[in-house]
Amino acid sequence: MADLLIDRDVLIEAPAEVVWRTITEPDQLSKWFADRVELVVEPGAHGYMEFGDQGGPVVVQVVDRPTRFSFRWNYPDGEEPAAGNSMLVEFTLTPEGDERTRLRVVESGHELCDWPGAEQQRYADEHSGGWGEFLDRLAALHAERRPG
Amino acid sequence: MTAQADDELWSAIGDPSRRLVLDLLVSNGEVSASWLSGRVPFTRQAVAKHLVVLERAGLVSHRKQGREVLYQVQAGRLDQATRAMAELAAQWDRRLDAIRRLAEAAHAESKHAESKHAERKQGGQS
Repeated sequence: MADLLIDRDVLIEAPAEVVWRTITEPDQLSKWFADRVELVVEPGAHGYMEFGDQGGPVVVQVVDRPTRFSFRWNYPDGEEPAAGNSMLVEFTLTPEGDERTRLRVVESGHELCDWPGAEQQRYADEHSGGWGEFLDRLAALHAERRPG
Repeated sequence: MTAQADDELWSAIGDPSRRLVLDLLVSNGEVSASWLSGRVPFTRQAVAKHLVVLERAGLVSHRKQGREVLYQVQAGRLDQATRAMAELAAQWDRRLDAIRRLAEAAHAESKHAESKHAERKQGGQS
């Protein structure tokens, strides 16, 4: 579906281990994310998240305590989630000192698989700002081109 | 927007190749597919395919001028996409903020418990 759709981060006044527990423990997840969470935090584990009257399966991808956690969601019923049919949510925790952690979340879909390697790199370099930067640029160009 | 229209929009603009095509259309106004294919790192066939997807999502329209087909961005739909995208980003910001509050509260609590523990220990020693 997408490469870099969303890329956000926040600085938290707590050690990475504490942040890790907040983003991976089901009783914590239900406080900031879904209303109901059934999830075992192990690579490949299938789980379920419910949002109000909607819900869907999730599959855990990477579990690297306490720095990386990712899962795939929003994939079609009956299909195995993979690049191209689902969204990948990746959390990265970077300690900034003993009691402070930068938490970054990237929500994305499929990779630049049909491009030559060098072009992928060039694109990644030019678009390191990702989606937000793209939108800003479009908006600016848009404003310029509007008559008056 | 309906959920299906949403999906079409996301998959249309989520792809980096299509974003590049959109980018070129926004910067250059009305252009042909062959003009575009001279400026992207993929084939002319791929450009044609991307234009079809963008057009289906309502982001691009075309008209014939003589023997040429010219493409241009549909500004209203692009604005709509921009707003929807910003809302998705805002949703993640709210989630991150909730994580921050939960983690900071848990950390403050454990520090508080620790210092009480230390106080008790100290109290026992004296």
